[in-house]
Amino acid sequence: MVEKARRAVSGVYVGLIILFLYAPILVLMVLSFNDSRSRVVWGGFTTKWYQTLFSNEQIMEALMTTLVLAFVSALIATIIGVAAAIGMNAMQQRSYKLMMTFTNIPMLNADVVTGIALMLWMVNFIPLGFNSVLLAHITFNIPYVILSVMPKIRQMNLSIYEAARDLGANAIYAFVKVLLPQIMGGIIAGFFMAFTMSMDDFVITYFTKGAGVNTLSTMVYGEIRKGIKPEMYALSTIIFVIVFVILLVINCLPDKNKNIEERNF
Amino acid sequence: MSRVEKVNKRSLFSTPYILWIIGFTVLPLLVIFQYALTDGNGKFTLTNVAATFDMIHMKAMVYSLGIALGCTVICILLSYPLVMALRCLNLKKQKSTLFIFILPMWMNFILRILAWQLILSNNGILNFVVTGLGFAPLKIANTGTALMIGVVYDYLPYMVLPIYNAISEIDEDIIEAARDLGAGSLTVFRKIILPMSVPGLLSGIVMVFVPTMTSFVISDILGGGKIQLIGNIIEQEFTKAANWNLGSGLSVSLMIFVLISMAFTTKNDTEGKGAAIW
Repeated sequence: MVEKARRAVSGVYVGLIILFLYAPILVLMVLSFNDSRSRVVWGGFTTKWYQTLFSNEQIMEALMTTLVLAFVSALIATIIGVAAAIGMNAMQQRSYKLMMTFTNIPMLNADVVTGIALMLWMVNFIPLGFNSVLLAHITFNIPYVILSVMPKIRQMNLSIYEAARDLGANAIYAFVKVLLPQIMGGIIAGFFMAFTMSMDDFVITYFTKGAGVNTLSTMVYGEIRKGIKPEMYALSTIIFVIVFVILLVINCLPDKNKNIEERNF
Repeated sequence: MSRVEKVNKRSLFSTPYILWIIGFTVLPLLVIFQYALTDGNGKFTLTNVAATFDMIHMKAMVYSLGIALGCTVICILLSYPLVMALRCLNLKKQKSTLFIFILPMWMNFILRILAWQLILSNNGILNFVVTGLGFAPLKIANTGTALMIGVVYDYLPYMVLPIYNAISEIDEDIIEAARDLGAGSLTVFRKIILPMSVPGLLSGIVMVFVPTMTSFVISDILGGGKIQLIGNIIEQEFTKAANWNLGSGLSVSLMIFVLISMAFTTKNDTEGKGAAIW
């Protein structure tokens, strides 16, 4: 009886928090079907924003910029970050600590300060535009990669690698066949983490982008006072649903094997 | 080849990253210090940093600090019962429960804050519900309350996830043992769960406090231009007032303040923090 009551209270509380987290998303989804350009007036149901969305060049361009930026910055950050983590693991305690301190700076520092510092520095040698934003995104993405790969690298078993080398595998072959599979989980998590952070960033992009380049975030920010294009609601609903489906599929795939594996280690 | 040599060679893999740190972390920080410590003509001055203590800047700083502390405390108070409730519901698929908190991050953050503006506005959705229930309409649009709801909304997942991860790592046997020895739920929470969740709590505090203290977008949208956080003032020095030296001076003060106040948490290993969110 007590157990039942506790479960009921827990359920209600979790439900309320979920309502809190998803209320604005629900509002945006409803707005994407609103047949009125105003945010406060309900003009009836329509799907026209979903049709006009793909012919809106401004939005499509910002979407492309955002996706290319997220992919390229996450990829480069993953390559530099994984190499860095492998190297750092081989370092003496003191140099390792120093490197970790520098890795923490962009994470602990305020985004405003990071963005402004990068802008003040980069205007000296490249025009602000796509490239400067890309450099900035790589900069704040590398720490996320390192922090998610590092635990895996510390756990990895170097003896197997050395055994492979002793049995005649060259360094690259042994790395790909022996070490890489052991740290792959961390690499993938780091890549997606970086991709998400890049997609979600506004502040650092805002300060480093210069005129003419827009990601979805900076475009929306610029439109706040003029009024948001309803197509934006449609686009974010689509993105949200795609991610939701992907996460759902990943979760429904049986990952029991993985659990057993983790327990054995 | 001796083992020591091999190890040193492997550390060379860090070289690109070391160069990157110098080029995009150290040098930008030196440049912002240079701007902060000079005037428009390039002469050394302390006025930009000292300007932090001007009435208007100090007021914004204190207000930001209050919002950040309030937000952090509310997030902690919401997170612990939430994590305990999730435990109590004993959902089989642990990972999918975490996705509940990550998924909202995939909807554009500015759009989500704009949606809150709609919900909280004087004739918005919240007041529609409140008056429908027979209460007097709330007046929270463009106030500190609206701002607080916005920051708690935006940063709550960053508190929930690390605490959840820390607590789910606790060995179930320890809790069983405590129960067998006669500990009630409250004792179990106080003596086992709370102390063992401290690493998660600390990284949660860093991830909530710093961005709240320095945010300017949420206050811009939900404060209706009436609320000035220190982030708003810095942003305006760069975009509207175009006094880069003053803006840099304030940024440097803010940075030093944040780093000092967070120093105690960096002693704790931040490793796996990325994994904690993902």
